[in-house]
Amino acid sequence: MTRNPLSKKAVSLAPSGIRKFFDIVSEMEDAISLGVGEPDFDTPWRVREEGIYSLERGRTFYTSNAGLKELKIEISRYLERTIHVTYNHASEVLVTVGGSEAIDLAFRAMLDSGDEVLIPQPSYVSYLPCAVLADGVPVTIPLKHENAFRLTREELEAAITPRTKILVLPFPNNPTGSVMTKEDLEPIAEVVKEHDLYVVSDEIYSELTYSGQHCSIASLPGMRERTLVINGFSKGFAMTGWRLGYVCGPAPIVEQMTKIHQYAIMCAPTTSQYAAVEALRNCGKDVENMRESYNQRRRFLMNEFRKMGLQCFEPFGAFYAFPSIQEFGMTSEEFATRLLQEEKVAVVPGTAFGDCGEGFLRISYAYSLEDLKEAIGRLEKFVRRLRG
Amino acid sequence: MDKIRKQILLTLETNSRIDLKELAVLLGTDEVTIANEVAAMEKEHIICGYHTLIDWDKAGVELVNALIEVRVTPQRDQGFDKIAERIYNYPEVSATYLISGGYDLLVTIEGRTLQEISRFVSSKLSPIDEVVSTATYFILKKYKDHGTILANKTKGERMLITP
Repeated sequence: MTRNPLSKKAVSLAPSGIRKFFDIVSEMEDAISLGVGEPDFDTPWRVREEGIYSLERGRTFYTSNAGLKELKIEISRYLERTIHVTYNHASEVLVTVGGSEAIDLAFRAMLDSGDEVLIPQPSYVSYLPCAVLADGVPVTIPLKHENAFRLTREELEAAITPRTKILVLPFPNNPTGSVMTKEDLEPIAEVVKEHDLYVVSDEIYSELTYSGQHCSIASLPGMRERTLVINGFSKGFAMTGWRLGYVCGPAPIVEQMTKIHQYAIMCAPTTSQYAAVEALRNCGKDVENMRESYNQRRRFLMNEFRKMGLQCFEPFGAFYAFPSIQEFGMTSEEFATRLLQEEKVAVVPGTAFGDCGEGFLRISYAYSLEDLKEAIGRLEKFVRRLRG
Repeated sequence: MDKIRKQILLTLETNSRIDLKELAVLLGTDEVTIANEVAAMEKEHIICGYHTLIDWDKAGVELVNALIEVRVTPQRDQGFDKIAERIYNYPEVSATYLISGGYDLLVTIEGRTLQEISRFVSSKLSPIDEVVSTATYFILKKYKDHGTILANKTKGERMLITP
């Protein structure tokens, strides 16, 4: 009789809905995909070159736990000019292994057993399992299509209990592309303060906002002291594989997160950190060019949806559109599976991001226009066939 | 320059064959605006032509390209312009620039053979009275031209589905 090597907690976590779909897609030859959640651009050359240089110089050591001082200084400068919030680089900035690690650390540093975490959905797949792993209780808030998948004051208030501690704010949003403006965030901030909650604001797509400037809830009055801002280099700077993110917030929370990070990770990759300094100092133009490209593709996609009569609210952030397929009377998974089998186009079913994603598809436009045209052409054919 | 003009130019610079209707969609405006702006910019010679970047090597056509540094004596009243004109009017000259530094004009030239270019230099360029000296550099390989890397593009290696 051998002992069960697995923890109940690990086993209880549902496997990612995306993973399941990935297995089907990877079996298929010559499938084209609209399913990736990462930029199609290479990291700007000056950043790659800086990484190469740091390797040539033999900078292959650990950095301090919280990250390179130069990088932390650049991060606080960057946040000051983009979201107009000032963070002390020495005590309020932690460099992490991607934004994902920051999410994990935030929950582990802030939650006691039974504390509730409010997670608006559809949203990125890791909030829920990370909350569970930190002994928290995830409470999802299903967002609505008619609100362009933004969180409303009423939805938030209805979900709050005496055990609620953290609200996750994932905007600009993966998978919906929804953004929340200052006017949208103000009532949320009021409720947060009223109920003495903390906000984990995942702003990884902040550079990819197509209607005015991105607004962080941390910049609203009285919110800096109760908000962790999570961001990173993966999306805006096209640096997914470098695994580099950061979190900024009140020193007492960052201090505890740094402690856990120190024991679990030691420090973020050194090469990536040196490269990221260059990204923050000299890549404004590159980021702007990528944003303009995404914006053009976004307009192209919305125009194609309009032409084929596919209902879709206009997304103003990230690089996703989230069209509705409810008219076809199929589940998202059925639709996506048939689209893959019949037209060899891979998209991600909305349900991979929460049950309320049922009836929707996530379509990524992190592809060249030529690729998009080809894939959308096939989608159009499929839709036409379904309508008979 | 207004934003829409700049956006049109940035797109046309790398894709002059784009359909105006499609360009209107990409830039979030209407086709008439685009057509009017393009026509106006053609008239104003802001848009000076629509060319195609060709890798002649790959096409199997042998061409020789050279850069020629030219030192000249500028002329009274006309500076370098007159002498530049005498040079750039030759059809085999593909570009002529006035340059700061150790010499005056940089001339790029295209010919079928080495000899053809040598002949041009010795029989046309050097004999011009105001030309003091020339130095010719033959191009051995083009890696990048007009902002475009000429090597074969590699296929995307991203995973097909990621969260």
